Amino acid sequence: MSAVAETMNVTDERLAGLTLPAGGWSDVARKDALSRVQMMGLPSRRDEYWKYTRPDTLTQAVAVPAALFHNDEAALFDDVERLKIVFVDGVFDADASDDLSLEGVSIEHLATVDADIHWARDIYGVLETNGQKPVERPLAALNTAFATDGVLIHVTGAASRPINMIYLHNSETSDVMLHNVIKLDAGASLTVLETGPAAARLNMVTEVEVADTAAFHHIRAQGRDHERRAATHIFARLGTESVFKSFTLTANGVMTRNECVLELTGDDAKATVGGACVGDGDFHHDDTVFITHDAENCESRQVFKKVLRNGATGVFQGKILVKAGAQKTDGYQISQSLLLDGDSQFLAKPELEIYADDVICSHGSTSGAIDETALFYLQSRGISKPVATDLLTLSFLAEAVDEIEDETLREQINERMASWLERRRG
Amino acid sequence: MLKIENLHVKLEDEEKQILKGVNLEVGAGQVHAIMGPNGSGKSTLSYVLSGREGYEVTDGEAHLGDVDLLDIEPEERAAAGLFLAFQYPVEIPGVGNMTFLRTAVNAQRKARGEEEMSAAEFLKVVRAKAKTLKIDADMLKRPVNVGFSGGEKKRNEILQMAMLEPKMCILDETDSGLDVDAMKLVSEGVNALRSEGRSFLVITHYQRLLDHIKPDVVHIMANGRIIKSGGPELALEVEQNGYADILAEVS
Ligand SMILES: Nc1ncnc2c1ncn2[C@@H]1O[C@H](COP(=O)(O)OP(=O)(O)OP(=O)(O)O)[C@@H](O)[C@H]1O
Ligand SMILES: [Mg+2]
Repeated sequence: MSAVAETMNVTDERLAGLTLPAGGWSDVARKDALSRVQMMGLPSRRDEYWKYTRPDTLTQAVAVPAALFHNDEAALFDDVERLKIVFVDGVFDADASDDLSLEGVSIEHLATVDADIHWARDIYGVLETNGQKPVERPLAALNTAFATDGVLIHVTGAASRPINMIYLHNSETSDVMLHNVIKLDAGASLTVLETGPAAARLNMVTEVEVADTAAFHHIRAQGRDHERRAATHIFARLGTESVFKSFTLTANGVMTRNECVLELTGDDAKATVGGACVGDGDFHHDDTVFITHDAENCESRQVFKKVLRNGATGVFQGKILVKAGAQKTDGYQISQSLLLDGDSQFLAKPELEIYADDVICSHGSTSGAIDETALFYLQSRGISKPVATDLLTLSFLAEAVDEIEDETLREQINERMASWLERRRG
Repeated sequence: MLKIENLHVKLEDEEKQILKGVNLEVGAGQVHAIMGPNGSGKSTLSYVLSGREGYEVTDGEAHLGDVDLLDIEPEERAAAGLFLAFQYPVEIPGVGNMTFLRTAVNAQRKARGEEEMSAAEFLKVVRAKAKTLKIDADMLKRPVNVGFSGGEKKRNEILQMAMLEPKMCILDETDSGLDVDAMKLVSEGVNALRSEGRSFLVITHYQRLLDHIKPDVVHIMANGRIIKSGGPELALEVEQNGYADILAEVS
């Protein structure tokens, strides 16, 4: 079978099992997305963009089941003053969720809105479509077509507390597509927390429109179910003097592909996307980032750290595209892995494409083992080798975690990582 | 306190013999100094005693009290009371000095079956000790040794020593890189720790330090052996004449 035929076969099989939800205002976008998926075909191993990550389990018609993960750990952000929106295997749980009202913010969920006119119509599938150039992201288009639910958030002022989407996974066979749309008006600000695995297989798209001088902060923890799989996309457009900051914590998960596609369209905007991940054994984690600078004096930072052991694989594909005229761009990209043994591997493809002459862009990618000298120094002070290794591991991850601006949230992430490492020491 | 007998050490990956039969005994409460030409094996001795990897002991023994040092992990040696102030203190980005110190103090206490120090108590003690070494609060907050000047790193070593209260302190060229005032400060720090139950092995190239920290015995190490031992006057002799005479005398 030819490569094209094979791709179409996978795509047809996948599409055969799905039906377009009736979405009212989103119908047009959904139908458009469906025809785009049919044109593009779902990713295959031969796609350059999927060179390091096998897409098959993300594209095949039926999801591989994933055992549920249980432990006695308190839920992350439990003691943070926040508004909770709970989904169980992709289904909104009104009883477990808080009242969806927050001053300066309108919150709805996708499944309940069937009016013909809605503010989200200008964003739903629009940023996603935008992000299909120059590289195709068929799984995101698939999501736009078939997402069954998600959150629609419109922020007009400064949100008084974070919104926490909690994605629970209670069925071993759940196969879920969620699509969030977040719109921040000029000057508005919001922090979104996302926690949990969501499903055995998750396809998630989040589109974020950050208007001039607005600020969006995002912290995500992907849940610790060992066998879960996820393909996620964030598409964001940044206006003048706006701020976008996203951080993802990943521990466990047999397959994760997190794509982040940012477009800086207004002058003086600042974007940061970062992640810390700890993988052990059957673990494949791919961070794929594409940042387009299309305005002057903008800053973007990519900070990704991965700790890998027992045959875990980490992937980083990060690109900064500086368009002609995007003068005074400051682009920073670092992606590093700490390999705790010889079995694990880290594959990185950092890219810069620059069409403006007055820019500063730096990128670095490294892969290394624990610093033996530092380890001995700590041991010589009485700290046991496992504890010293954990200290050094946390310090390695710190550069990514430090990108989280809010100190309380940052500390919660740090504490959680420390307790995970401590648990495995027994 | 510390007893080293016929210690032979080679590099693990190379056929290079570095220590060729070191014999040394430091009694409780004593201060011994080791001097010797560059490359004679002084740092190697301190590393082998504290358990650094990369060296192979081919013969000999080392005991701290009745603990067989060479058999146990570096952290166990530390818990047994051994402390090495490094010639080149290590920078550890991302690990806060305070976290590091408290983890170390409590790890050792736990290993000895003692109660851990509370956060409040620890803070009080560390602040007081830092103050006498003129280490300011900002340095305590920073990552371990990162961005510290040479002299600050050495003072930080002494702070760690003061917090950990070891029985046997090895100071590897703690005086190098110190200005005159810092040298006094560090010496005072060391002298304040001197007690009947605590011994010191001070590795140095300069008599100057020994003016402040008065040794009971001075050893000269050359080519992997202690070739001569004597009183404080031996250090003066080295300072004036170098090692040529002593080397000639023993060969
Ligand atoms: N890990 C190593 N690899 C290679 N050579 C080594 C290693 N460790 C020590 N050596 C060699 O062993 C010899 C002794 O080194 P050591 O550092 O112990 O000397 P030293 O007496 O402390 O010198 P200095 O006064 O310059 O500090 C030197 O020739 C040194 O190059
Ligand atoms: Mg030396």
